[in-house]
Amino acid sequence: MPSLSIHAGGLDLANPVLLAAGILGTTGASLCRAARAGAGGVVTKSVGSTPREGHPGPCIVAVQGGLLNAMGLPNPSYRHFQEEIDAGRRSGVPVIASIFGSSPAEFAQIARALQADAFELNLSCPHAEKYGSELGRYPDMVESVTGAVKAAADVPVWVKLTPNTADILELGLAAQRAGASAVVAINTLKAMAIDIETGYPILGNRFGGLSGPAIKPVAVRSVYDLASQLEIPVIGVGGISSWEDAVEMIMAGAKAVQVGTALQEGYGIFEKIALGLQNYLERKSMTLEDLCGLAWRMQH
Amino acid sequence: MRPVSSIIEEVRSEARLIRTFRLDRDLDPKPGQYLMLWIRGVDEIPMSFSGPDSITVQSVGQATEALFKMGAGSSVGLRGPLGNGFTLKGERILLIGGGVGSAPLAFLGEKARSKGLTVTSLLGFRSKEDIIFQERFEALGQVLITTDDGSYGIAGRASAGLKELSLFDFDQIYICGPEMMMWDVISRTREHGAKTQACINRYFKCAAGICGSCCLDPDGTRVCLEGPVITADRLLESEFGRYRRGPTGEKGPCRG
Repeated sequence: MPSLSIHAGGLDLANPVLLAAGILGTTGASLCRAARAGAGGVVTKSVGSTPREGHPGPCIVAVQGGLLNAMGLPNPSYRHFQEEIDAGRRSGVPVIASIFGSSPAEFAQIARALQADAFELNLSCPHAEKYGSELGRYPDMVESVTGAVKAAADVPVWVKLTPNTADILELGLAAQRAGASAVVAINTLKAMAIDIETGYPILGNRFGGLSGPAIKPVAVRSVYDLASQLEIPVIGVGGISSWEDAVEMIMAGAKAVQVGTALQEGYGIFEKIALGLQNYLERKSMTLEDLCGLAWRMQH
Repeated sequence: MRPVSSIIEEVRSEARLIRTFRLDRDLDPKPGQYLMLWIRGVDEIPMSFSGPDSITVQSVGQATEALFKMGAGSSVGLRGPLGNGFTLKGERILLIGGGVGSAPLAFLGEKARSKGLTVTSLLGFRSKEDIIFQERFEALGQVLITTDDGSYGIAGRASAGLKELSLFDFDQIYICGPEMMMWDVISRTREHGAKTQACINRYFKCAAGICGSCCLDPDGTRVCLEGPVITADRLLESEFGRYRRGPTGEKGPCRG
């Protein structure tokens, strides 16, 4: 069988299908469960510098083709999170700690305090005031946050980008300039849903982020643009729910992919995607490397 | 699923700070399942069914206080039924309820009775004024009631009533109540753990099995999706009764 193991973003991964940030990543036990189910790596729930309870409910709404969420970055703060990371690392797969802050210094403070296999900088959550995409939509800020974490941490730094911008490539270039080991694209698209019985926005936060199959074409295009221009690897995320989706994302230029919303179907999704990918590579007599960025080479 | 709009048809006071809200729709729930109740402009909270079209709520915080201000004719949003409910097994069953946790057991007992099962109930309350659904349970079969302050029935916690029963007589045991009350019972009746179904509580945020806020240690069981009914033998091997995570995800004590 063709090998699925890869080296991407400074990490050795047994396979390129990872658990995305914010999904079943609050506890070490839950990270281990994803690892046991076949994830090649796991990204934690984002942690910040102070405990947050998140937004009032409803926190999710199922919409056509996806899911809207506004969790609001609930987390116990990095001071209470090392034990969850440590428990997750005992699974044997790399644990990537997702972190957020409102300034380069706050990001660096967290990165200095946590031990993980890599950091993923949440510069893209679309629904938390002062955090996420409120910083991450500015290339200068992406560059200074990335640079601050690079200086504070001795592990690879991944930067998760927001699609809620006119030009995601600018953000990717900024991360690369500051020394990021990889960019992760994309976070959710800013969106909302309204209860037509009463007119109330359904989410407690009024608006949130859209994930799931509906955003996959946006993610594919973003990854395509980034991967064809950047020298650092791109991790593709956004609406992947089958091996076909993973193949498409890798053809767009992703070195690895992350799965989030599709976990609704259950933990079997990791094995299903990895196995499908492996069968595909065998049928096509290709390697992952052959597949990566194939779409750039196909010209009309 | 988007929340479905529903009108509260009737509000009944069951005891101090406990009310039953009857809704205009039967969501065809299994006892032990729950719904996410959206009190618009306030919050969305999980609630067990106390009947096919009703929930029984104890006022404990901001969202339930807002609900208690609502009367018949008010509109709420519903997502559900959600989770795995109780499974009826055998001929003779025992229900062990604590406080408002007795509510889903009354619903379960009525289903069981309609299928011809023999139902015995052991219910624990703080005090005589806190007793709910006494008539509903008495209509099902033998009932033992305990009160912490001894103002009614057997004095002591629900586990004090266990002495009056032989658990070997029952094919299946169903329990719902405050965590420490359930822990008290299941840790004293370990040999019956495999036939004891417990309806438990964790902090639910998404109620769809993806956010991870309700996961149990050490195996990561998603209580909102794979629970809230879990057998006691599995709970005895878990964090249950020792700690629980709150809204931030930080570990804290089990209350109640």
